[in-house]
Amino acid sequence: MRERFMTGPIAAGALSAASPLKLYDVELGSRLLLGTSRYPSPAILTEAIESSGAEVVTVSLRRESSGERAGQGFWSLIRELGVRVLPNTAGCHSVKEAVTTAHMAREVFGTSWVKLEVIGDDDTLQPDVFGLLEATRILAGEGFEVFPYTSEDLVVADRLLDAGCRLLMPWGAPIGSGRGLNNLFGLKALRARFPDVPLIIDAGLGVPSHAAQALELGFDAVLINTAVAEAAHPAQMAVAFARAVEAGFAARLAGPMEPRDMAEPSTPVIGKAFLG
Amino acid sequence: MRIIVNGSSRETAAGDLASVLTELGLAEAVVATALNGEFVPSGARGATRIGEGDRLEVLAPMQGG
Repeated sequence: MRERFMTGPIAAGALSAASPLKLYDVELGSRLLLGTSRYPSPAILTEAIESSGAEVVTVSLRRESSGERAGQGFWSLIRELGVRVLPNTAGCHSVKEAVTTAHMAREVFGTSWVKLEVIGDDDTLQPDVFGLLEATRILAGEGFEVFPYTSEDLVVADRLLDAGCRLLMPWGAPIGSGRGLNNLFGLKALRARFPDVPLIIDAGLGVPSHAAQALELGFDAVLINTAVAEAAHPAQMAVAFARAVEAGFAARLAGPMEPRDMAEPSTPVIGKAFLG
Repeated sequence: MRIIVNGSSRETAAGDLASVLTELGLAEAVVATALNGEFVPSGARGATRIGEGDRLEVLAPMQGG
């Protein structure tokens, strides 16, 4: 059933303020979350984050070499941007690895947020949902606010919520594939099954129209990395994604029409002149 | 004594984890540590003894998706 709005439309540009996204009690103006990996340079990364308007960026932990100290430079760059960080457990294949990485991330980044990834398959990078659930139970029990990178599976989603998740991050397509929303039926079913749970499409979006589609379908936000970082002009692509997310969200608020199988004239037939 | 730091073998004179970080020049750096696969909080580094063949991971913030 579609809602009818009694008030006038919300002006473009004012949508975020009118309907903030709430993730674990944190209100955010932007529904675009941005990854920080694979950019051509730190300067381009900075430009892309600023252009995107994203308030949350994903980060990770990697080995620090005493010579290069690359992590120290990266961390000061992110801190200067003043954005909220969402540490991930990317590359973890076991529950133990993911849980230990989460502990280390909490200390370094000073946040209980964690984008929990337990990878189950090296070719598709699809989540090991069994390990994910086990790690979620452990971390939620320790006070972490878990952002689980999961599939569109309804039963897994239900279990993750039971384990303490207050939002879900279903994949659109395999990480970095740029294929868009691979399983529309499954994702729509997930949205319908959990109408009040924030759902963020994580992974696999390639172009802004994919992001717009996700928001039109009622997903609350998208997380984009490769599609921006590997664009010929990342900052310009960040702008494009930001606008697509806004457009998709505005469309969702507006209530899209139902598709039909047959044509329906948009110009009234009544009153048409007889000229034959 | 030889230990493994971030996958590479290294000679160390340090007796505890905090001293290893000082040897590496990372005493003041923003890093998290794990010894033999177990997280060691920064406050526990001074009291964490290092032994022959121990595997130490020193991780820092990095780009991620």
